[in-house]
Amino acid sequence: MKVGVVVFPGSNCDRDAIHAARLAGAQAEPLWHEDPDLHGADAVILPGGFAYGDYLRAGALARFSPIMGSVREHAERGGLVLGICNGFQVLAEAGLVPGALLRNASLRFEHRWVRLTVTRRDTAFTSAIPPDVTLLMPVAHGEGCYTSPDDKLDALEARGGVLFRYVGPEGNPNGSARDVAGVLSERENVCGLMPHPERASERLLGSDDGLLLLRSLVTSAGQRLAAA
Amino acid sequence: MSTYRFCVSVMPKPGILDPQGRALEGSLPHLGVDSVHEVRVGRRVELSVDGASEGAARAVVERLADELFANPLIESWSVEAMARPALEAAR
Repeated sequence: MKVGVVVFPGSNCDRDAIHAARLAGAQAEPLWHEDPDLHGADAVILPGGFAYGDYLRAGALARFSPIMGSVREHAERGGLVLGICNGFQVLAEAGLVPGALLRNASLRFEHRWVRLTVTRRDTAFTSAIPPDVTLLMPVAHGEGCYTSPDDKLDALEARGGVLFRYVGPEGNPNGSARDVAGVLSERENVCGLMPHPERASERLLGSDDGLLLLRSLVTSAGQRLAAA
Repeated sequence: MSTYRFCVSVMPKPGILDPQGRALEGSLPHLGVDSVHEVRVGRRVELSVDGASEGAARAVVERLADELFANPLIESWSVEAMARPALEAAR
């Protein structure tokens, strides 16, 4: 089971994501954004950072990278894609997950620990998360305020597309609509979230809750591979 | 083939949270101004386009505005023709 971690110019969480994916039991390799070949990756992670300097809007330019055509095809085939932080912004700009990410309501870069509630355990990204567990993970972003028109938010919630929400005293760091921290695509094979599971993948870092998410991804991709 | 110059205005859609506009508005009382409200902050892109006609050039700009300069989910855009700057026109 192989995870490919896309490296855009300005990605800065790619090595952490590779390290964490390996901790979660995957082979993990970087994928350079100019090379459209996914090199046999069974799942793709778009990591955090500031792809293309976040010019225009975060993620707006990265979505035109040569590799993004292949990521889109991979997603259209039902392949698993996880976008973390800037990766979430790229997925949203590419239309691979619904919604958009605005500047934080505080207008500040918010970097702190947040707590997430997981709305479902029957997805490829949450299957290894025990019931009733909330996840402690850090956020570090300037543009994480999830937004979408109200009717689309209603539809998203109705289909179970809001996978993670900010909860607890740590609160909502960015003013996102309905405390949305992460969402699922309609086919439920693409997930984007603002918090960083890879930065919460070892207890030494303060939490290894993020590993539960990555283990879900690795296990699900492995099962899909075995079934294929 | 001629060159045409346009400006694209991109604005947050009504009802979409505009933290920049809100922060700007919030700072105005410090300048002794309390008569200003409904501040919205957007973006302006100016560009020159080669085309067989202004209509053809404008079509390219409109495509870029819709696909790149604005995110249609949260932003609206409009295109205006501009006079080309003298420096560039003389080149």
